[in-house]
Amino acid sequence: MKLAFGLAVAIAALILGSAAILAWHARAMAGGRLLAPADFAALRFTLLQAALSAGFSALLAVPVARALFRRRFWGQSALIGLMAAPFALPFVVAVLGLLTIFGRAGPVNMALGALGLPPFSIYGLHGVVMANVFFNLPLATRMLLHGWHAIPPERFRLAQSLSMPPAAQFRHLELPMLRVQLPGIAVTVFLICLTSFAISLTLGGGPKASTLELAIYQALRFEFDLGRAALLATVQFSLCAIVTLGALRLTLPDGFGTGLARQSVLFAPKGWRRGLDVFWIALAALYLLAPLLAALLRGLPGLADLPNGLWPALARSLAVALASALLTTVAALILALAAARPGRRWIELSAMLPLSASGLVLGTGLFLALRPFAQPDDLALPVTMLVNTLLALPFVFRLLLPQARQVQQNFDRLSESLGLTPMIRLRYVTLPLLARPLGYGAGLAAALSMGDLGVITLFAGQGGATLPLLVQNLIGAYRMDQAAAAALILVLASFSLFFLFDRWGARHADT
Amino acid sequence: MKTKLLAAGLVSIATLAMGETPVLTVLTYDSFTPEWGPGPLIEAGFEATCACDLQFVTGGDGAAVLARVKLEGAQSDVDVVLGLDTTLTANAAATGLFAPVAPAENTLPVAFSDPNFVAFDWGWFAMVYDNTKLQTPPNSFEELAASDLKILIQDPRSSTPGLGLVMWIRAAYGERAPEIWAALADNIVTVTPGWSEAYSMFLEGEADMVLSYTTSPAYHLIAESDATKSAALFSEGHYMQVEVAGKLASTDQSDLADQFLAYLTSDAAQAAMITTNWMYPAKTPASGLPAGFETLIQPETSLLLTATEAEAARGPAIEQWQTALSK
Repeated sequence: MKLAFGLAVAIAALILGSAAILAWHARAMAGGRLLAPADFAALRFTLLQAALSAGFSALLAVPVARALFRRRFWGQSALIGLMAAPFALPFVVAVLGLLTIFGRAGPVNMALGALGLPPFSIYGLHGVVMANVFFNLPLATRMLLHGWHAIPPERFRLAQSLSMPPAAQFRHLELPMLRVQLPGIAVTVFLICLTSFAISLTLGGGPKASTLELAIYQALRFEFDLGRAALLATVQFSLCAIVTLGALRLTLPDGFGTGLARQSVLFAPKGWRRGLDVFWIALAALYLLAPLLAALLRGLPGLADLPNGLWPALARSLAVALASALLTTVAALILALAAARPGRRWIELSAMLPLSASGLVLGTGLFLALRPFAQPDDLALPVTMLVNTLLALPFVFRLLLPQARQVQQNFDRLSESLGLTPMIRLRYVTLPLLARPLGYGAGLAAALSMGDLGVITLFAGQGGATLPLLVQNLIGAYRMDQAAAAALILVLASFSLFFLFDRWGARHADT
Repeated sequence: MKTKLLAAGLVSIATLAMGETPVLTVLTYDSFTPEWGPGPLIEAGFEATCACDLQFVTGGDGAAVLARVKLEGAQSDVDVVLGLDTTLTANAAATGLFAPVAPAENTLPVAFSDPNFVAFDWGWFAMVYDNTKLQTPPNSFEELAASDLKILIQDPRSSTPGLGLVMWIRAAYGERAPEIWAALADNIVTVTPGWSEAYSMFLEGEADMVLSYTTSPAYHLIAESDATKSAALFSEGHYMQVEVAGKLASTDQSDLADQFLAYLTSDAAQAAMITTNWMYPAKTPASGLPAGFETLIQPETSLLLTATEAEAARGPAIEQWQTALSK
């Protein structure tokens, strides 16, 4: 418990501290400007696109996760596994994948043209939301899938022996679970979209689609106005805190009680419901896989001519990803177990805080804090690891928390009365019950870390490039084929990492 | 006494060791140092003459490099900063962190000299298009605005070419700049955070034209034997990007830094730069330009605001751009 306390404080200190360091240096350098009218426009757009993206991702995830839960089909685990892939893609590569499908020369517009319909333009608010759904629907679906798996199968069996129709099952079993899961999922997606600027700008169609993060970027890069960057970062933190606390109030504890925690029961209604499930799975698969496949196919021609720097960059990326996956999972487990106890909302708040952090503010803050003690190049990989750990923490925490709450609710008293020591309890009660989200969480953390470009650019020295940075540099040098091939290798590597972790989790959950 | 002697001995060994191979640290943008960039050639070339160790430190793009110089302040271990452009130099000079440098000869199409910086390459911004799809490109921004051609540009708030375009229209049209931007608004497909996104989206066919450099077609022609890309020649002239290097006042390798800056404009370094950075050399080497460059457009008017003008124009110009495009 003390450990969780310390961790939560350390996270808050790192995240809030980075903005504070900027503010402190700003005082020493120049006076910061207050928020300009353009910032309020940016704030409005930021909130709008984040709210729409969160709403669509969370709502679409319900039928998709439900269908994936109750159907079994060939390639299912691969499909579920691929659901972490969008996160591992460097941004440019993912956008190009989306454009291959929905762009001017893509099949969607070909089909529309063939039917004599006006062309579809992806640029605008709808395009921003579409891209955000592409990135976040898989995450929301996976989180909900864990929710479905967490409903004790005995309850489904009982419902079936009572001949409850699917609608009644939904009302009595699935809806209460959604009330527990959905607010947290929506908040997670909302916060992810809050801090992105590349998607909004690239697909938004113009400066109307500016977000707060872009204002931070501008303040730090071009104007070097640290005070203004700190101020904008504070606005982002406050939004995060308000939204997280708001969602906490909406989240009700479920009352399923405990079961044997075995995954065996399938309730798969036939008839039109089957058709509907097929529709949802096909739609999600097509929407996620088509752009992904387009991005990957684009990489094939370049495989024959890879740059020399690719393998060292891959090794660096893998090392960082493995280390931060491990750190993230351990930290998230400690925090989730602590937050699962009643009256510990501030731990939850602290664990969600990194989602609101601007990567650039965090990087700049760390740079200012560490610069007096060490050379930035020496710090590149450790700092990247630390920042990736921090940024992936909320995801894994969010995945673990609902199940951690169940364990707490259902097994706390039993464990107490049996006098289990904390270690024994962890080994025989907690870990087996949390294995599935732990495995997925570790995989997701690894994938996030592989794809992240974030702070490395600030610290990277001679030869310290990670794979995403290499991809970026290849594109910058007109080497599109090599860039696409390097991106293909990046995705394959992070998918393998993800798949290994995820399988590990599923295997331990089944036994 | 013994310990003092020992300490003195150690110090002198340390100075000797340092004296053998002095280290020159060069801070640059991160597309300078990859194996296909100018970095390795420049490093090998300079180290062959200087009896020193040249080390590159990278940090993002040109704007990020300047931000890092400011973050480090006078405590920096960096000796030379390479890769700022003329939209940043006034701002950089105002920090007082840069030392004056010896003027270097150059063959730029406009007069250029800066007490703190040496130009090492330059380019004209241009709208690049696919000549198999577009036979008669527009010959000015006004003609472009009147057409229904779709273009991709970069955001001046996060990208140097994006800022260059804003300066271009301001330098060419002055008071009329907001009007031009308003007319261009319906041609702009989208505004990307950086050059990479816009250029790759253009290559995937998302727009008819993209903001890049007149030298971009040279890459496709020379490296890929692909002659389908051209740059449109605009009658109002083309804005220039001049990339410069400077010496930090806090350097402990002042002579070596001067030597490096002089090397940058040498024939060897300039020739290396052309086909690695795909820009024009600041001082055309004796060997001339590589074959293929003669196919590029030659703007008659070169536009370039002075560093001070650019610094003063930046804020208002970005605001005008933002207002015109947000309607």
